[in-house]
Amino acid sequence: MTKNHNEAFTQPGEEMRSLKFFNLMLVVALMLAACGGAATTPPPAPTATTVPPTQAPTNPPPTSTTAPTPVPEPQTLRLATTTSTADSGLLDAILPDFEAKYNARVDVVAVGTGQALELGTKGDADVVLVHARSREDKFVADGDGLNRLDVMYNDFVLVGPKDDPAGVNGLATAKEAFATIADKKSAFASRGDDSGTHSKEKSIWASATITPTVESGWYLSIGQGMGETLLFANEKLAYTISDRGTWLAQQENLPNLTVVVGGASIAENKDKGLLNPYGVIPVNPEKHPGVNFELATNFAEWIASVETQKAIADYGKDKFGEPLFYPSSVAWKAANP
Amino acid sequence: MFADLFPIVFLSLYVSGVALAVAAVVGIPIGAAMALRPLPGQRLVDLIVYTGMGLPPVVVGLAVYLLLSRSGPLGILNWLFTPPAMIAAQTIIALPLVIGLTMSAVQGVDPALRLQVRALGATPAQVMWTVLAEAKLGVMAAIVAAFGGIISEVGAVMLVGGNIEGSTRVLTTAIVLETRKGNFELALALGGVLLVLAFVSNFLLLRLPGRRAN
Repeated sequence: MTKNHNEAFTQPGEEMRSLKFFNLMLVVALMLAACGGAATTPPPAPTATTVPPTQAPTNPPPTSTTAPTPVPEPQTLRLATTTSTADSGLLDAILPDFEAKYNARVDVVAVGTGQALELGTKGDADVVLVHARSREDKFVADGDGLNRLDVMYNDFVLVGPKDDPAGVNGLATAKEAFATIADKKSAFASRGDDSGTHSKEKSIWASATITPTVESGWYLSIGQGMGETLLFANEKLAYTISDRGTWLAQQENLPNLTVVVGGASIAENKDKGLLNPYGVIPVNPEKHPGVNFELATNFAEWIASVETQKAIADYGKDKFGEPLFYPSSVAWKAANP
Repeated sequence: MFADLFPIVFLSLYVSGVALAVAAVVGIPIGAAMALRPLPGQRLVDLIVYTGMGLPPVVVGLAVYLLLSRSGPLGILNWLFTPPAMIAAQTIIALPLVIGLTMSAVQGVDPALRLQVRALGATPAQVMWTVLAEAKLGVMAAIVAAFGGIISEVGAVMLVGGNIEGSTRVLTTAIVLETRKGNFELALALGGVLLVLAFVSNFLLLRLPGRRAN
């Protein structure tokens, strides 16, 4: 604050009053900002009018028989998915095509896999796109979802401090690395939030027959998202497991970390146990009559179609030099044996 | 369940309690002094304090995070992701609330009282004490508002505490976590615990001036 300002404020007058008003507005704005920050609103879904920039449809859409006649009001599809698909930018890149084809608007609720499935269980979402195979199967077995389809996969990497205090760099499997980390009691940051990544981490500990406890001091369960957990590991100089997409996207903000198990790309990942498959599941309309099952089924078929699978395969190549997700639907595999 | 809950409840009370104590010890004299002896440019200071009362906790958390980060100026303290970092952030959130509301409370005291005690030969400290005693309901309101603001805040403690299980997890961050895990009932129950805690704390706080008066 300059001296001039101080002098102006000592004498109340017109100027004072207008500044007071300005400040009141500022306070209101800050309060609104606080409210916005606290709410977990999903990022705005792209509008139906947006045209995908990179897509030149060469094949006719496989579900063209169900393509709607032009109607003015778009239908809304609520998609509950994991933060990895939204944060990586994949959905922003591929969804406009679906919205244009089906005159729909997709509301994306990006949360952890646990909450995404719970939204489906409560009938608060029309379709879920998640990665935790055993829980997806339970979701279907419980009658909450119908007709699960394979969509794509990426993989996990074990990242850790560059000076590698546990000496795990170059080990072939995460299982061996986990055993060494536990043995050396090196700091390990766990998502601890029942997400798909957390489920994977727990299964690796189980395969190494280790049960880490928070009392041990080196195992830090922080219950946060992937981005936050990577930042945490960068500060604490801890090891953590991450999906490759989030790691690639955030790598430049994590100067203290490097990949210790998983290699530079999926092709170089020696541990096939680190593959991470995603599935799409429409919510069962018999259990939850309010859901839009027809549009949800359209969505599941669309994302598994060869054309969309091609878009998934291409996404991220220009920015990261490698795809973030690899298509794996039945249709894609049949077309690309 | 209760064995897991106890350390979380304890840490919530500890962090917000210490932050409130620091904010009260520092903020009440400042607020009273600002009401009793306006400085040149006092109105600007008032505006800054009132603006500070609306600071989003997550912004305070971000600033404290950047200060305490390994690459930040105070990284050497090694406070990030520890309770002292959470206390520091909550103190910063509580301070403008305590100062601003104390200031209004003291300004509401009849100026004649001040003149009277000064005429009786009171030192400035004695004047402040007398006026504060007169404004005690307003000062208690300042403390209660500040406590309500920090015990229920989640943005700052999540950022600078890291929500580490068994180490920096408090009630509000536990609620966020359980919600994200889809355990909506447990999250709601934890919200109930937080409300009961705030109720009991406020009950105890509001009994203090009554005792002192008798």
